[in-house]
Amino acid sequence: MEVNEQIALDHGLKKEEYKKICDLLKRIPNLTELGIFSAMWNEHCSYKSSRLHLKKLPTSGKKVIQGPGENAGVIDIEDGDAIVFKIESHNHPSFIEPYQGAATGVGGIMRDVFTMGARPIANLNSIHFGSSQHKKTKNLLRGVVHGIGGYGNCMGVPTIAGQTSFDSSYNGNILVNAMTLGLVKKNKIFYSKAAGLNKPVIYVGSKTGRDGIHGASMASASFDEKIEEKKPTVQVGDPFTEKLLLEACLELMAGDSIIAIQDMGAAGLTSSSIEMASKGNLGIELNLNKVPCRESKMTPYEIMLSESQERMLIVLENGKEDLAKKIFDKWDLNFAVIGKTTNTKNIELYYDEKQVASIPINTLVENSPMYDRKWKKTKLPKKNLIKKEEFKKFKIKEVLNKILSNPNICSKEWIWQQYDHTVMGDTIQKPGGDSGVVRVHGTDKAVAATVDSSAIYCWAHPLTGGKQVVCESWRNLISVGATPIAITNCLNFGSPEKEENMGEFVECVQGIGEACEYLKFPVVSGNVSFYNQTKEIGIKPTPSIGGVGLIKDYKQMITMDFKEIDNLVLIIGKTEGHLDQSLFARNILNEKNGPPPEINLFNEKNNGETVLQLIKDNLVRSAHDVSIGGIITAVSKMCIKGNKGIEFNKPKYFMSEIEYLFSEDQGRYVIEIDSKNLKKVENILNKNSVHFDELGKIIDKNMIINQKTKVTIDELKSYNTNWLSNYMN
Amino acid sequence: MKSAVITFPGSNCDRDMHVALNKFGFKNRMVWHNDNELPKSDLVVLPGGFSYGDYLRCGSMASKSKIMQSVINFAKSGGLVMGICNGFQILVESGLVPGVLLRNKYLEFICKNVFVKIDNKDNPYFKNLDKEVFEFHIAHNEGNYFCTNDQLKEIEDNNQVAIYYCNDNGKTEEKFNPNGSLKNIAGIFNKEKNVLGMMPHPERMIDESLSGEDGSIFFKNLLNNIK
Repeated sequence: MEVNEQIALDHGLKKEEYKKICDLLKRIPNLTELGIFSAMWNEHCSYKSSRLHLKKLPTSGKKVIQGPGENAGVIDIEDGDAIVFKIESHNHPSFIEPYQGAATGVGGIMRDVFTMGARPIANLNSIHFGSSQHKKTKNLLRGVVHGIGGYGNCMGVPTIAGQTSFDSSYNGNILVNAMTLGLVKKNKIFYSKAAGLNKPVIYVGSKTGRDGIHGASMASASFDEKIEEKKPTVQVGDPFTEKLLLEACLELMAGDSIIAIQDMGAAGLTSSSIEMASKGNLGIELNLNKVPCRESKMTPYEIMLSESQERMLIVLENGKEDLAKKIFDKWDLNFAVIGKTTNTKNIELYYDEKQVASIPINTLVENSPMYDRKWKKTKLPKKNLIKKEEFKKFKIKEVLNKILSNPNICSKEWIWQQYDHTVMGDTIQKPGGDSGVVRVHGTDKAVAATVDSSAIYCWAHPLTGGKQVVCESWRNLISVGATPIAITNCLNFGSPEKEENMGEFVECVQGIGEACEYLKFPVVSGNVSFYNQTKEIGIKPTPSIGGVGLIKDYKQMITMDFKEIDNLVLIIGKTEGHLDQSLFARNILNEKNGPPPEINLFNEKNNGETVLQLIKDNLVRSAHDVSIGGIITAVSKMCIKGNKGIEFNKPKYFMSEIEYLFSEDQGRYVIEIDSKNLKKVENILNKNSVHFDELGKIIDKNMIINQKTKVTIDELKSYNTNWLSNYMN
Repeated sequence: MKSAVITFPGSNCDRDMHVALNKFGFKNRMVWHNDNELPKSDLVVLPGGFSYGDYLRCGSMASKSKIMQSVINFAKSGGLVMGICNGFQILVESGLVPGVLLRNKYLEFICKNVFVKIDNKDNPYFKNLDKEVFEFHIAHNEGNYFCTNDQLKEIEDNNQVAIYYCNDNGKTEEKFNPNGSLKNIAGIFNKEKNVLGMMPHPERMIDESLSGEDGSIFFKNLLNNIK
């Protein structure tokens, strides 16, 4: 088939991009070459709309061993240990086929981590669905949860934390973001940079089939009514093979045979071979007849663009082929020498002894398009003038019931009970806490991880929202007693070709960057997912932040459940009564306008570090950050988990009770302390100029808010625990 | 005391079991499914996981592994063989214990702590345990025990039910059954009671920082019984 402009457009390339390809090659590409360009130049692989802005994120720091640009980021957790981690989206495929889409999302991110030599030790996920009333939501939720569980459980990696939200902006585009943490010795990290000439290029893992062809291109376009037809672009996962691949790769990595290794993820063999050669400034030659194929008569085009899962490409040291083959034979996996590194700086493909493609690698990578898209700034919305007299009509108990049973607040146990969260025997904080925590096997150390997003705040004011998500992540780590180290981000947005959406992206990234810079909480890996859009309707901007922190002595880990009757409960950080964009304003007052709560990075840092100091001084018995739903929601969860009550102190504040209890001011934590330590705690807080109030004391079985309002713990539990399981059954 | 844990392709609780056995004083060896011979052992464990991806039927392909002939011979000669979760499924598939394990009643994977009742103590596994109700951990998709009426009669006549799901007071009512299994059965012996298959994972309950410590009680007692 002769390639022409129309065929290029059908591949998702733009007119001017096709012209650029012809100019770079100084000829018209053949179909295989065009396929390779379209795979490398799509948004998903080339970051053409985002690169310019991502450059501004802080990515280095004392603890950063590897920042963005590799399969995953790597941080130092001392004693020669390192954590490899990354988050990635699998949004488009999960909407089309929820089970396989979510499953292969989990499989893909685990591969990114063990490609670097790390054994995965924890999975997390951030999943977002349309309104609970929408007809597709239930099936999508069930399919995604089964898919995540089906893959992660089989791999034997615990799923330790996650986030689930519902919002009508995801009706036509759900989000599935999967994150994995792996553990590796600092001196045994593997990279994707090839080196040396005539080194054998090895293909291992599953056979190549026709599934997932153009998956990455599909993920780089908006949806329309024909979306169901895209099912064949969704990959099919086989977690059993991936488990074998994990064990086989780690066995080979124990020796010194590997020069470079890269998993075949988006754009399969194309991007893996090109990335390794490009990083090593080399050429690569592949004989496609040698590629193990699942089906007969696959064309070079199909072989290069297949996104079949559970495959790896390895550049080996010469002479190590037999040793490597033995290991992959033991694990019943395919093994084939399919090519070699060259000095041509081209990718050269052969099939039936004929050259079927030859492209200079720099044209695919360095010369890939980069756009400075037009974008629109979002003004800070005006504050709402909420009439406080109106608050008198609300009964706190009724409001509390509505808030605790809200789909975005209620217990997600129905979900995480379907994930194996205890395999590997090191999970010391299960899902449902502020962060999941796993011990570093065989040591006193533990690693905490959390994944967060705040689409409402980001939608109301992207700059503030971007800062807020980073702060939320930081607080969730501190609340379990972990020192925050670094983040990974998954940036889910609508179409970059629309100025509003591009503006949301640019300003969220700016906010993320400012907060990361200030908190010394760098970005070490991540992924961008644009075109989460169906026709004209895009999602609310949803950057997901995956934060990782270290607990040096796991026995100092903190959980949120109230521990002991008569202990005191303090609220750290100042409550100003900010209700705009709060759960209360949006769901009880039905008021959707106004600015999100302001972020004060100085207070955020100061409050967080002070709480961490209190924890390290063994002065904190339980802790929980205050996020959506305000103080009363945070305290309710601590009551429910600890099966204990609280008696609130008489108010000393100059605002209504509603504002005090439900406002979503930032930088706040609820902590439980032993009353005999009050003086010590006060001294530390005062010394650091941290604002705090005494909220109340822990009692048995009841939450006593004021003389008129008393809620039993059983009532709190029934408000909070039933919504999701009732909805799903 | 020597133990052996078999690793099948897809096993994923093999390391956890190795850690637990060593922690409580066993000298454990890992054995590859493709080996012919078991090392000399006082206890052989088939660990949890997804052997062969749970494809076909959970445990069915693993039950045909090379090493299984040795395991079966070892069991027939009176050796102690314990299968946990997927290991239980392999025992069922290899015919070492009666019955089958179906998909959970609500068709969902379940990972949580449950209470189990252990009152059948005339066997090397539970002899000398000084309590009946244990908090154990389950994590499975196919733990719904089932057998024919005739088999059930034989099982009950021979006192082969090892463990029941119950509440914290030891009540074995249907509402405390997490997966729909027949008679709340969580674990089964063979007739001679040297082979034990159970869904709960005692190896995940061996440390106060984990889900609990009732697994520690189980392993310590097991070691003492074998000594």
